[in-house]
Order: sequence, then structure tokens, then C-alpha cells
Amino acid sequence: MITRTRLAAGACALLAALTAGTAFPAGAAAGEPTGEDAPKVDLVLDVSGSMRTRDIDGGTRMAAAKQAFNEVLDATPEEVQLGIRTLGADYPGDDRKTGCKDTAQLYPVGPLDRTEAKTAVATLSPTGWTPIGPALLKAADDLDGGDGSKRIVLISDGEDTCAPLDPCEVAREIAAKGIGVTIDTLGLVPSTKLRRQLSCIAEATGGTYTSVEHTDELTDKVNQLVDRAADPVVTPVATEGADACAKAPTLESGLYTDREEFGQQRWYRVDVEPGQELRASVSVGADRAVNPSHGVLLRAVTANGREIVRGEAAGNGRTDVLSTGLRYPKAESDDSDEGNAAAEAVCLQVTNSFSPASGVQTTPGLPLELTVDVVDGPSDSDDVASFGLGRGWWLLGLLVLVGFLAGLLWGWLSRWRFAVWRTN
Amino acid sequence: MRCTRLLGAAVMLLALAAAPAAADSSPSASPSGGAAGGASGDSDAPTVAGTSFRTATEIDQGQRATASGSAGDYLYWSFPADAGQRPTVQATVKLPETHAAETWRIDVYDGLRRRQACQWGAETRTAQADAPSLELACVLRTVRAWSEPWANDPLPGTYYVRLTAVNLPASGLGAPVSAEVQVDSKDMGGAAAVDGSLAEPLVPGIAVTSGQDDGEGDGDSEDGERNAVLSAIEPEDGWSSGWWSDRWVWTGIGAVLAALAGIGGYALTRGTGRPRRVPPGA
Repeated sequence: MITRTRLAAGACALLAALTAGTAFPAGAAAGEPTGEDAPKVDLVLDVSGSMRTRDIDGGTRMAAAKQAFNEVLDATPEEVQLGIRTLGADYPGDDRKTGCKDTAQLYPVGPLDRTEAKTAVATLSPTGWTPIGPALLKAADDLDGGDGSKRIVLISDGEDTCAPLDPCEVAREIAAKGIGVTIDTLGLVPSTKLRRQLSCIAEATGGTYTSVEHTDELTDKVNQLVDRAADPVVTPVATEGADACAKAPTLESGLYTDREEFGQQRWYRVDVEPGQELRASVSVGADRAVNPSHGVLLRAVTANGREIVRGEAAGNGRTDVLSTGLRYPKAESDDSDEGNAAAEAVCLQVTNSFSPASGVQTTPGLPLELTVDVVDGPSDSDDVASFGLGRGWWLLGLLVLVGFLAGLLWGWLSRWRFAVWRTN
Repeated sequence: MRCTRLLGAAVMLLALAAAPAAADSSPSASPSGGAAGGASGDSDAPTVAGTSFRTATEIDQGQRATASGSAGDYLYWSFPADAGQRPTVQATVKLPETHAAETWRIDVYDGLRRRQACQWGAETRTAQADAPSLELACVLRTVRAWSEPWANDPLPGTYYVRLTAVNLPASGLGAPVSAEVQVDSKDMGGAAAVDGSLAEPLVPGIAVTSGQDDGEGDGDSEDGERNAVLSAIEPEDGWSSGWWSDRWVWTGIGAVLAALAGIGGYALTRGTGRPRRVPPGA
């Protein structure tokens, strides 16, 4: 059974490769499955002095974190490459400059040796400062390379003590690098300031923030996040839209990411042959604090500037993304003339009407995700009912009435003909 | 004599006419089968939710998916809906023991990530302080087989459900919550039939994956686990080809009735047997 599935999968992959090779020579890479690269997770643990506080299930925060890590290391799926990074683990002194550089790789991201990793975790003792920003930057470097999904799990009990480097902006920069890192944060203390900072970091990369008060909650959540990293996802292809249609990059079917600043417009081009249908959808993410009312507009425009169809979305209040999409079936060309069957370059324009809340940085731009599918066109509707069929009691009544009248008429006709025949 | 025959014909007509009504109530697809299976077949129901369109957890209709998360998370699921179905999304959120008043909401998006309106149902609801749970529902419009590109009609394909708190006090952020989501659908039959169909259902990424689907046949659900695709969703018995609707039954029975009525009408004018005035030798 397994061999058969494998065979089928192999044959399918071959076929897919062939199809992709012939149909989409340039864009085959776009949004193609990238399951071969191992997912990577970097656990970033705060080992600052405050982790000594005894307020989680009667033990210290550090003890809770260690216990959780041990259980997580046991449960980590084989295919996940796991690393551990600490912050504030080594420098106990008062010098802020040194303290704010204090982040170290406890266990490198790679195939996991559970015993070794556990031994490394056991050596930790709460020591220094809380340099979240620098630790995140380093963690992003740890994860660099490969096409698998990448996730940073940050566990902290105190807000960053190393201003002016705002960890929230650091997170946004990491996301803007386009290496596809998601940062999930776990707060060990229910303080408003910590909550605001950690949720801001999570929001900036599309991650989640969880407030943790018990050891088992911590274990469950970290396990859940590691498992989530193991789920295969399509890695989008980074692209850069132009500010005018003429200069826009040409896209094939696939999944793309880009960045779009507030009030900016992005243009892309897609070639659509007659008889094909273009499907495009776009999501613009709000990765920072934005004003409540916002909108996204996606327009399909001909090369001459005529709008074909548009998709629009508007919303107010809290949101992660605002998305919309459109379909454009290009009619079969009527002439059999070869020259007229050429593909049409359709320009896609993406604009947003997000506005930044006061005091929020406007660069880098908002994350933009674009999916493009070019498929066969639909078979058109020429009647409201399917195949010209009808339904309902009125239809039956009408058919019976007409049939009855036709029968009567036929009967009378034949009687009349019989009468004529008899008189003759 | 003539009278009884007519009566007999009328009874037969009535019996035939009742058939389309029966065809109406027996769904041609089997969404109700999925709903029935929901109660028993939950062992493989997903227990996690995605956090974006890209990572949305795929669920089948009738499955009761659960997920745990934190207040403030955006939880995503996706499900398939085929032409002629009218999906209903129901969600239950279990809130922590102590919390301030918070508002939750479900949004449903189609395969093009266009927001789909709810006909009715509480898509937004506010839980009072310390309320243990909250129920949300959204009844979508009937999915059509075809629509004009300028219309926002629901079309067969992937649908996304997003569940989130829209109005959350700062103190509630990050608190553990759990959610349950179930999608059922009502089969609307031929009343919703349109003439025309999409070449491919509105499944994101289908232009990239359709080459694979053609080649592998039944094995796709198994080896799909390592192959990342945007959406590998499909109804249990595949996408409907779109040629069947109960309109065939209605129209066919109409034709039979019309023929019978025609015979009846003819018989009325002709009487039975040979005309009385015709001499036997004619």
C-alpha cells in the first residue's frame, strides 16, 4: 500500500514537474511545495535576574521554564530543527552597554540531540538584563537559510530593558527581511506593559501572544507552537511591485509577498490568454497599530488603463489582514487568426487606505500577500436555469395545459378530417 | 366509462406530480450525510487552528473542530462548499473564568479571500464580564455554480472562517480561550441552479496543484501531508460536475404529464371505440 502510494506520488511529482515545465517555464518556482526543507524553531528564553521570582505554581519562573523545556524537548517532532537562545544569561554586572549585548546561543538550530539540549538547559541560572531586541536579531540570524517554515518562540517575564532599540520595531524589521520568520511570544507576568510589548512583537510578524500563569500552560503552548512549525506551509515568493503598470513585474500562478507603505500603490502584471481565467487575491496585513477605519482595493486594468474588474474590502476595528480578490475570465477570441490569440497583459493594482496610529513608524511597509491563479475559463451562462430546464408547479401546470390543448386540437382536427372524408 | 378512465388518469398524474417534490427533499449531493457523520466521526477532527489564510486548518463539513488559543489570536479554518449548498458556520468560544466584557466575531471569506456576507446569524456578539462562553453563527448565501466576475456571489471552492476578538480590553489580551467550530450546509437543490460553471473550483493555488491532481487519483489525500499547498480541500465525494440538478426530474415529469394530458384531450374529442353512427361495414 505504502509503496503504491509512493509510486503514485512519484508519478504525480514527475507529471507535475513536466506540466509545470511546459506550462509555466518561468514561474514554476512560485508557490511550489517546499516541504523538503526542515522547519526551524528557535526558543528564546529570558534568563534575566527577575526569573528568580517565585510566582509560578509555587516555584521560580526559571524552574517552570526549565520543566516546560524538558517536556517540550521530549515531544519535539523528529523533522523539526530546534535551537535554544538565551538572553541575559551571562553578565551579572551593572554596565548597561555590556548587559544589553548579553545573548548567547545555548543550543544551535539543527537536528535535535535531546539529552544534550536538556543538559544545556539545566545549567541555566537567572542572571542579567533583558535585551529582547538584540536577542531577536540574533535569533533571526540563527534561523537563516532554507525554505522551511521558521518560528521564534520568545519567553519572557519582563519588558525590554535596553531602550532605545524598540523590540517591536526589531520584529517588524525581521519580518520585512522576507525570510518568513514568525515570532510567538509568551509572557510569564500579567503586567500591562509587558503585555503591550510582547503582543506588539507578535503582531508585527503575524505570531501570537499568550499570557502564561502555570507551568502546564507554558508546556502546552510551546508544544503547540513547535507542532505548528512542523505543519508544511507554502512559502511565498518575494516580489516587488512597481509604481506603474508599464514597469510592473510579470507574475505567474503562485503565492507572492511584498511590502506596501501607507498610501502607496503597487502594480503587477499577469499574462492571460484567451479562454483563461485570472484569479487574484490580495491581503494587506496590519502589523502595527493603525487607525480603526481601513480599506484595500485591488483593480485589474488593461494595458491602456481601462478598469476590467475590481475587488474592494473595507473594515473598521481590530484586524490582522484586510483582503479582497477578483476574477477575470478572458473570452475566447472570435477570430481563428493566430495573431489575435496572443496573451493579454492584465495589470493588477493594489492600494490600501490604512493609516498609521500616532507615533507609529511608517517604514517598512505593510506586509502584502498576493495569490495569482491562471486557470481555464468558465463555461458561460446563457440562461438563468441550468441547461434551459425548469422546475416548479407552474411549469408542470403549463406543460399539462399545453399538452391538453394540443391533444384537444389534434382530436378535433382528426374528427373534422374524418367528417370531410365521410361526406366525400 | 369515460369518466372513470379520466379519473384514473388524473390520479396517475397526481402521483407523478408528487415525485418532483420528493426529489426536492432528497439531496442530490450528500451534505446532510456529512452532518450526520459529525456526531460520530469526530475522532479525526482537527484540534488546532491556523493563524492566517496560508495556515488555515482544513475541516470537512459536519466536523466539529476544536482549538485552543489566546484571546487576541486570529484563528483560521477552511472548509469546502459546493454549488447548491447553503453553509452555516457555528462557533463556540469558551472564555476564561474571569474576564472583562469582550466582543467576538466570525468572518467568512471565499476562495478569493473576499468577505462573504451572512444572511443571518449572530456573527458578532459581546460576552458580558465573566460569561463562560459565547456562541456565534453565520448563514451564508447559497453557493452558485457560476456568477459574473463583477458579482460577489459565493462560488464553489474553499471558504475561510476567521474567529477573533474584535473588541478586547488590554487586560484580556493573551488569556487562554478555546473554540469550537462546525460547518453544516443545507442543500438548496435545483432552485439555486444556474446555467454555467467554473472550469476549476475557487481553490487557492489550484493552478499550481491541478497538474498533480490529474495524475494521482486516489492517493492524494495520503501523500498530501508532506506536500505544502495553499489549499488541498475537496468535498468528501468530490466537486460536483454541475450537470445534475433536480430540474431534470421536474422537466422530465412535466413532459410525461404533458403527453398524458395530450392523450386525454385527444380522447375527449374522439370518444371511445368506433363512432356510433359509422355503419359496421364502413
